Amino acid sequence: MRRFEYHEPASLDEASALLVRHGADASLLAGGTDLLVEIKEHLRWPQHVVNVKKIPGLAALEYDERNGLRFGALVTARAIETAAVVRARYAGLAQAARELGSIQVRHRATVVGNICRASPSADTLPPLIADGASVRIHGPAGGRTVALEDFFTGPGRTVLAPGELVTEVVVPPPAPRTGKHYIKHGRRKAMELATVGVAVALTLERDACRDIRIALGAVAPTPIRARAAEAALRGRALDGGTIAAAARTAMGECRPISNVRGSAEYRREMVGVLVARAIERAREGAG
Amino acid sequence: MKRIVEVTINGERHELALEPYRSLLDVLRNDVGLTGTKKGCDVGDCGACTVLLDGKPVNSCLVLGVEVGGSEILTIEGLQRGPERLHPLQDAFMRHGAAQCGFCTPGFLMMASALLDENPAPTEEEIRFGIAGNICRCTGYTKIVAAIQAAARDKAEGKA
Repeated sequence: MRRFEYHEPASLDEASALLVRHGADASLLAGGTDLLVEIKEHLRWPQHVVNVKKIPGLAALEYDERNGLRFGALVTARAIETAAVVRARYAGLAQAARELGSIQVRHRATVVGNICRASPSADTLPPLIADGASVRIHGPAGGRTVALEDFFTGPGRTVLAPGELVTEVVVPPPAPRTGKHYIKHGRRKAMELATVGVAVALTLERDACRDIRIALGAVAPTPIRARAAEAALRGRALDGGTIAAAARTAMGECRPISNVRGSAEYRREMVGVLVARAIERAREGAG
Repeated sequence: MKRIVEVTINGERHELALEPYRSLLDVLRNDVGLTGTKKGCDVGDCGACTVLLDGKPVNSCLVLGVEVGGSEILTIEGLQRGPERLHPLQDAFMRHGAAQCGFCTPGFLMMASALLDENPAPTEEEIRFGIAGNICRCTGYTKIVAAIQAAARDKAEGKA
């Protein structure tokens, strides 16, 4: 591995100061499952690696009915995948975490790392956006909270300013009769990056859809919401006709590219198929 | 600059002086002399370097040596129950011929032991899901899955 200097800050302020001092020469290390691969493959060459694992207070995962779910920057994908409360209340997120890499990778990889890496195909991003998650950020100027759907500015790019780091993810509690679903579409069952990812969170009232969020991964420079498709369903009954129309609308909202995992045309077609399927599954989950 | 790391490996305390940019995999093989843990892809795809870090299966190629201070590590060399007593999984892998060249075997055994610790009676699907991060390039997974199932059965029947 290429040489680097290694830091283990004991506080957020210390981590922040290191990031400010070393600027683009510094990389944060949490799980390391992306960073160490990128260093080994010469995709990134930090002079300074700042390991945040010794900072207290970043490892908690908590849920309560009023505030929902909150988990710190050191919570692994495996912890999310296996937490009973996540499986019960945030089924899309649990499913996405379960499909990220292998169990070995998930024991190291953190969800906050998956967020900050800002890959358009990252599995945990669509369900978190569909859940209305936000991230808490610590920086030289203090703290701030940003809605996750506003966090990404491009592939690998986020709103984080120099010296800022994400400390926690906050996800609101689901309303009664809410169902969620995430579908990862890839070329094989495991150890895969998503060709298309679709997450849906919807809430029913009588037979109508009271609220719905549809988030798409790997079909735009950042994960996106299919807002027009959502609007077409809000307040309407969910039946074959309305679902199919919304799925067609979502196809028009995505901006996919062609790459080794699929063509733009194929991705757009799959958005139509998978949005309809995810809505149906989420509706079953809503009861 | 080297850092001093105190770590327990297969029940034995070690004090190591490590450069920060060295992987746990390289440290285990080159500094501690435990070459049973294999270097395959070195980027977390193949699972040949799987060890248990505080009981959890991880790719040792994606862990820095300097990160494991105070931890307990189990490698393939520490899996057997005693000098003459194999782990039930090792025994089952032998009986089922679940190895060809053998390069992936230590990683499979470590992952499978973690799997059985967590879920003593896994279904075939659960086994295949569990070993998705371990790659065998010789032949396939049928005998490996059968061996893991047999080890689980032996354990349940009190044979192992």
